[in-house]
Amino acid sequence: MAWAAYLVAGWILLAGIYGIVTSRNLVHVVVCLSVAQSATYLLLLSVGFRQGATAPVFSDIRPGRRVVDPVVQAMTLTDVVVGATVTALLLALAVQVAKRRGTVDPDALRTLER
Amino acid sequence: MLSPVELAIAVPFLAAMVLAGAGRWLPRVVVDAVAMGATLAVTGLLGAVLWEAVRYGTVVVWVGGWRPHGGVSTGIPLVADPFATALALVVAVLTVAALLFSWRYFTEVQAVFHTLMLLFLGAMCAFALTGDLFDAFVFFELMSAVAYVLTGYRADEARSVHGGLNFGVVNSLAAYLSLTGIALLYGRTGELGFAAVGEQIRAAGGPDTGVRVAFALVCTGFLVKAAAVPFHFWLADAHAVAPTPVCVLFSGIMVELGVYAVARTYWTVLGGAEETTARALAVFGGTTMLLGGVMCLLQRHIKRLLAYSTVSHVGLLVTCVALARADALAGGAFYLIGHAGVKGALFVGAGALLNRFETVDEHELRGRGRDMRVTSCLFLLGGLALAGLPPGGMWLGKVLAEHAAPHGWWWLTVLGVLASGLTGGAVLRVWLRVFRGAGRRPAGQAGEREAGETAAPTPRVPWLMLAPGLLLLAGGLLVAVLLSGPEVLRGARTFTTGYAGTVLHGRPSLAHAGRLPELWTASALVKGLAGVTAALAVAALAVWGRRVPPAARARPVWSALHTLHSGHVGDYVAWLLAGIVLFTLLVIV
Repeated sequence: MAWAAYLVAGWILLAGIYGIVTSRNLVHVVVCLSVAQSATYLLLLSVGFRQGATAPVFSDIRPGRRVVDPVVQAMTLTDVVVGATVTALLLALAVQVAKRRGTVDPDALRTLER
Repeated sequence: MLSPVELAIAVPFLAAMVLAGAGRWLPRVVVDAVAMGATLAVTGLLGAVLWEAVRYGTVVVWVGGWRPHGGVSTGIPLVADPFATALALVVAVLTVAALLFSWRYFTEVQAVFHTLMLLFLGAMCAFALTGDLFDAFVFFELMSAVAYVLTGYRADEARSVHGGLNFGVVNSLAAYLSLTGIALLYGRTGELGFAAVGEQIRAAGGPDTGVRVAFALVCTGFLVKAAAVPFHFWLADAHAVAPTPVCVLFSGIMVELGVYAVARTYWTVLGGAEETTARALAVFGGTTMLLGGVMCLLQRHIKRLLAYSTVSHVGLLVTCVALARADALAGGAFYLIGHAGVKGALFVGAGALLNRFETVDEHELRGRGRDMRVTSCLFLLGGLALAGLPPGGMWLGKVLAEHAAPHGWWWLTVLGVLASGLTGGAVLRVWLRVFRGAGRRPAGQAGEREAGETAAPTPRVPWLMLAPGLLLLAGGLLVAVLLSGPEVLRGARTFTTGYAGTVLHGRPSLAHAGRLPELWTASALVKGLAGVTAALAVAALAVWGRRVPPAARARPVWSALHTLHSGHVGDYVAWLLAGIVLFTLLVIV
């Protein structure tokens, strides 16, 4: 059943992208971006998953016990931090767009092309 | 004691922290001096590292001393080969120019601008120097996040925040797709270092479809940064609204770092010279050259025009990578450095116009720049250099790329002349209209006013603002003379061969210098002049050609192209998805 996690990750990614494409609200766009990103958390964790293994905390387990890959867990944590920063930043920009343009609907924002 | 490579990354971050913490209590001149001092220190350090890398071979530093044993590594390397170091040096030099330009400018600014510029510098240097895929992702996101803030820096301008938001959504999504690819590569090989991943794949008998899909995902993330069509939509939105010194860095090096990362991944993970990947990159590069050129000519907002010209030039760089030969990469290096100088100078010129007239609309500015001699000079020479005026770096780069192209690649020559003509011609058209007052007053609605970037409009542009433009332009035009051709070719060979051996096994990296084709031949000069002639013709037609019949008939096409670049973030992401599917299919089939 390991492949199921990969399928779910792909599904979440596509759901996030679909949300961005069809969105009518910039806040919704930013949240959909976070949804798309959470696919990477799932993918990373399932890459490091081992059947019947425990958490990679070595202080209280006996030597030789199978553990899941700690590298992907560190990567996921970094990824979460990156995601939080970017989400906060983009939400701040969305607030500024709402203040200056009076709308958060991407369809109502005038084109930048002239 | 940290090595110079580590210091070059640590110094800007430390200085940024100091300015972020203490900046609000420091007088402006101290803030300027700290930022400039840190940047100059980084420039010096990178210069020393480059000297060492060119002289004695690639410098590999394992952070924290976690060296590999018997080719097996658990640590994270920084790999300063000549190309990566030279790119980091370009970043540092452009940052010096940008800080010089903003020395007096942005009078209302707090130290946060300098903090951001230093973070941007550190992130880009680290991205160029890292030898690890996951670190590449982290620094990619760091430089992107700083870039979003810098784009929307003037938060009271609706256009700025809108451009920054589009930039942010598209680029972050791209970074997550890259990370997906990196996770798949890790799942397959159990490694994250460029060198280690490549060795595992080679040991398993070369890349299979799974590896190629992962590679395509990693590369699409980088190609979005590189603004290859159809991933280019964010670029013009961001460049048109970002402050001038930021544009110098965006156009000059940030976008090009995307191409560098594609090349790095291509050679280390796939081993380079894969037929399907070459085809995919060539398709994307060629389309980018053409569409960027056409969009460039259609603009009247000068910064937007320059942004699309960057798209077109990056197309040539992508094509250089597609050629998968050391001499083509050497050409790409000349082209990149020449372009960084020239485009930086042109953005400085655009900034001078903006600060004086509070608009960069070509039609609004018609004839108003007659008394701006230096700025006029920047635009004239910049336009000619973009078109490939010998001995500019862009001329030499294009000649080398065309020389390296095999027989079936005749289209590269055609597209090269077209791209030169369109992008150079557009800038020369601006020069004719704005600085010579040529042609009739164009019909159409008035351009939009923008706030200048200085406290008050500057009737006389200060020298401190124009000097970086002149220096960058001189550098971009003389790069072919200043840089030693054989050394650049040797750098390209080092880039394409023996990376894993140097990083994991400590083997010497110095490739043979080799010989570049003879440069000052009649055919090379003719190629340069063909581009310049095309640019002059395009500019003359655009200004004086009353109604050129084919152009008038194609009007629906032009307006369709304008509509396509809608500023709608959902559209951009839809194009992104389409591009990924196409790129992946081209790579695996």
